[in-house]
Amino acid sequence: MGIIRTENLSHSYGAAFKQSAIDCVNIDIEKGGFVGVIGHTGSGKSTLVQHFNGLLKPGSGKVFINGEDMWAKPKEIRKYRFQVGLVFQYPEYQLFEETVYKDIAFGPKNMGLSKEEIESRVYAAAKIVGIGEKHMKASPFELSGGQKRRVAIAGVLAMDPEVLILDEPTAGLDPRGRDMILDEIAKYHEEKKNTVLLVSHSMEDVAKYCKKVLVMNKAQAFMYGDVKEVFKKAPELLKMGLSVPQITSICMELKKRGYDISPDTYTVDSAKEQLLRLLGACKSGDTIC
Amino acid sequence: MLKDITIGQYLPGASVAHRMDPRVKLVLTIAYVALLFTARNAWALGISAAMLFFLYPLSRVPGRMILKSLKPVVPIILFTAILNMMFHDGLVLFQLWIIKITDKGVIMAVFMVVRIICLIAGTSLLTYTTSPISLTNGMEQLFAPLNKIGVPVHEISMMMTIALRFIPTLIEETDKIMSAQKARGADLESGGLIQRIHALTPILIPLFVSAFTRAIELALAMECRCYNGGKGRTHLHRLRLSMPDLYGAVFAILFAACVICANIVFPGLL
Ligand SMILES: Nc1ncnc2c1ncn2[C@@H]1O[C@H](COP(=O)(O)OP(=O)(O)OP(=O)(O)O)[C@@H](O)[C@H]1O
Ligand SMILES: [Mg+2]
Repeated sequence: MGIIRTENLSHSYGAAFKQSAIDCVNIDIEKGGFVGVIGHTGSGKSTLVQHFNGLLKPGSGKVFINGEDMWAKPKEIRKYRFQVGLVFQYPEYQLFEETVYKDIAFGPKNMGLSKEEIESRVYAAAKIVGIGEKHMKASPFELSGGQKRRVAIAGVLAMDPEVLILDEPTAGLDPRGRDMILDEIAKYHEEKKNTVLLVSHSMEDVAKYCKKVLVMNKAQAFMYGDVKEVFKKAPELLKMGLSVPQITSICMELKKRGYDISPDTYTVDSAKEQLLRLLGACKSGDTIC
Repeated sequence: MLKDITIGQYLPGASVAHRMDPRVKLVLTIAYVALLFTARNAWALGISAAMLFFLYPLSRVPGRMILKSLKPVVPIILFTAILNMMFHDGLVLFQLWIIKITDKGVIMAVFMVVRIICLIAGTSLLTYTTSPISLTNGMEQLFAPLNKIGVPVHEISMMMTIALRFIPTLIEETDKIMSAQKARGADLESGGLIQRIHALTPILIPLFVSAFTRAIELALAMECRCYNGGKGRTHLHRLRLSMPDLYGAVFAILFAACVICANIVFPGLL
């Protein structure tokens, strides 16, 4: 039994919206995984992940966290907010405190931790997202957009949740900032062995960081499996408006033209290895090229 | 939860009432209110009320919408009814200590209730059949003469239009911010009054910040497109009087004549 499990989970936003935002989703996410969530715009990714920390109440169906039915006691729903940390899409609008330090401390303070514990957590979280000591006393409103984003992510990291969900954490960031944040989160995941869900539109990021992928399509969970398995279904993904990592497309094309390369290559490193092997074979006068 | 709030009660449609010029509808609504208060007897009031039974189906607004718009004013209606019952001289029907209920009082109370109901239902019909934007547009043009005495009519109407436009946006934003703070464990539902007010800070500050940012951005965008107030500005969709307006006006005159006749012909209350 995984850490997050859903049973026929459906939700629609009020009676005025006839279409369900998510429709009969059954998934089981195992503890300690790094899971990518992909899907076209409006496929229900954000709606789904907001069920995992109890922000949205299921229209029908159930959500289990560590095997407990989340809505069995609606009064105690706050407990799950600390267990499952959710970083929203464009989280920078949630900043409100006078200083960056206080803003990051908001979550831990709500958990009722001791002062020392809060302080150590705030500094640890700031370090993960690369917010230096000198920014801690600054007002969050003086920061740049990217820095605000980092502070907002740190605000959730400081709660040290068992499950960390990031809804498109890098949308609108520059490439280096994007890689840095995701690298740090991957490192954090390695150390803490917590569960991470990464909602993303970048197949490259998903291929690089995630071990498993959940594909949402038209409000339904289309598939849930290893990265390799998912990207093997390139034609289906393309049909639903998604893509595969660029490197996978290249390898598939090479394969089609008769080169000996695995079509389900999805990282640049693995592609490089295979290409070098092919080139090596070339030099030694093989007949393929 | 926040999404349940509806602002502006416009029900889109294509009935005669929907197609009328907002200026004409405004004037006719004001005239209707004036007539309601001149109606002195049961006949005049009866005609005024009967008009609604004709107008609601004509504009294809479901009758239950009347009940919906009346709901918030039920206490006021009850209050006026009770006051009216007690403070009129006449034949005493019922007496308890110093409280006297007279026949005239009862009649006046009924009149007042009918009047208020007609008032609410009649003015609601205007907002049900006119979109807020077209309503502000109509008001701007109707009150344009006030410009001469220094009232910034265009600016006021632009402000109203922008405010109306941003209400749904701000509601959505509030929802988003509330979710984000709840995700960080903010407790909005429990605690005493002071605690609850305190718990609003994490919602209100980001909301104000974003409202100000939006306002600045919008102002900049408007200036970039050379907006400089109402002077010399023309409308893409100009308001024009058309056939429905003529029907409306003729009908209103006939109706007003009926009410005035009823007032004159029947001198008594009933
Ligand atoms: N607050 C809301 N009120 C009404 N409908 C909503 C709301 N939020 C989302 N929806 C609808 O629910 C569906 C799923 O939306 P959701 O935000 O979960 O998509 P998403 O997969 O996160 O998309 P994106 O990639 O753009 O973030 C959409 O059809 C959307 O229109
Ligand atoms: Mg989303």
